[in-house]
Amino acid sequence: MSGDCHDEPTPLDALRLAGAKARGKRPWFFDDPDVERVLSITMAVAGELAVLRQRLDTIEELLETRGSVTREDIEAFVPDQAHAERRGRWYQEYLARILRIVQQESEAHDRDEHTSEEVGERLGRE
Amino acid sequence: MGPETAKAVTDTLYDGPPDYRTVGRHRLLPTTTHDQVERYNFLAHLNRHLASQVLPGIERAYVEEMIPAFRRRHGRDPESRHEVRGTLEVHPLYRTWSALRRNTMEMRQQAGLSVVLPQIRELVERAGHASKTSRLRLDADVSPPRYLTAVDHHCMPGSYFTERVPDDVSAPANYDSGLFVTTGGMLGRFADGGGHGMVAFVKARRPGFSPRRILDLGCGLGHNILPVASAFPDAQVTAVDVAAPMLRYGAARAASLGVDNVEFVQADATDLAGLEDGSFDWVQSIMFLHETSLKALRRVMAESRRLVAPGGIVTHVEQPRYDGSMPLFEQAMRDWDAFHNNEPFWTKLHEIDLDSLMVAAGFDRERLIHAGVYAIADGDALPDAAAEHVEDYGRKPAWHVTGAEVPP
Repeated sequence: MSGDCHDEPTPLDALRLAGAKARGKRPWFFDDPDVERVLSITMAVAGELAVLRQRLDTIEELLETRGSVTREDIEAFVPDQAHAERRGRWYQEYLARILRIVQQESEAHDRDEHTSEEVGERLGRE
Repeated sequence: MGPETAKAVTDTLYDGPPDYRTVGRHRLLPTTTHDQVERYNFLAHLNRHLASQVLPGIERAYVEEMIPAFRRRHGRDPESRHEVRGTLEVHPLYRTWSALRRNTMEMRQQAGLSVVLPQIRELVERAGHASKTSRLRLDADVSPPRYLTAVDHHCMPGSYFTERVPDDVSAPANYDSGLFVTTGGMLGRFADGGGHGMVAFVKARRPGFSPRRILDLGCGLGHNILPVASAFPDAQVTAVDVAAPMLRYGAARAASLGVDNVEFVQADATDLAGLEDGSFDWVQSIMFLHETSLKALRRVMAESRRLVAPGGIVTHVEQPRYDGSMPLFEQAMRDWDAFHNNEPFWTKLHEIDLDSLMVAAGFDRERLIHAGVYAIADGDALPDAAAEHVEDYGRKPAWHVTGAEVPP
């Protein structure tokens, strides 16, 4: 933190401190750390896109119900229960979309299946 | 997908995490912007997605691939959770799930601290005002023990005790702000479901129980002790922790929520020399033991025995025990936090014979308590832990009480 420690951190200082590594050697799960680094960045971007999408939803809701929107309205916005659930369902759908490859890897039947090339070889003989 | 199927999907009951805006408010809770709230919502949903959509695939792969492969190689089934861990940690799906889960923990910390740090001066000021009217006893001679300084627990940079600014409360403010996210609201609006669960447990076990003094060990920011203090308004409650920031925030938070029978005291639960023998009718901790060490644990049990009054009760709430009834797969999955989320003692705790340790501390073996307990979340919109069907092996608040009754 720069300057007198009584001062509030500047926004950039705050973010640097907020993103600090926790003490303790970090576990890496993939054989190639480059892959994991890219996955981590991708998920952070996915998070920011979700934030933007929900902000848009808030603006749409305010415009529809009030006909106008200010930044203050956006900050004060609280969805009612039904709307909160719609937004929750959007998150669920969004995650299902971006993590499609993980879903497909976890589906059990893949293990017993043949590649298209293998099937083609067989079809060419039958 | 035809229109009818699509409609059926949207008609199903919503079972995702609640919107962050339902979190319980008090004067110390950091304020959040629209986008900060949605960052939290994203993370709560990602946690939920990993538990409900990805984790079942790991279990399937374990049964269908990993176990058969293990049998081919060893001519037998895995015999310990460590052998199961060995099979899991080389599997691509477990690795993907782990990488994503570790990221949710790290992203949650960045999200929380970036909410808190820009408003730290205001939070310190509010805590200072409130703690003057509340009960707070700090002791600068108490320093954080090695079990807290060796790693930052659950990837929380700076742990519980770091003072980033004078009279800092950033660690608890971050913890309080983001706990709702990690648990998907299952601990309640004020993250106090553990405390409510223990009140129900003790009242069911001891109808008419009317403790004069209650001791909470490793209280943190006091979220679990407040429901206990409110349920027994005539009791004097002492809540101890080694971390000054947690206590400052906790005392101010309690005052803001109108709870005035808790004193927050900076002390090490392994050495409570300042407290008199046999002076507490109920000595308890919630989710404290797994962040200590074997040496500390022995001392905590000895202090629990020394401090509990004749006829009193001791309860320590922890993660479920890895006993014979828990499948090795579940044990290995629960160990994830120990190895990958900076909870080093989490797995060791399960290898310790707690009963013998308590007997060694002076408790009667015949009066030991073992029971299951659920968090009780307030609010209709929040998930019910007891009815929760998604198992994520570590976040779901279905816990185990280890304790003892003490003869009159």
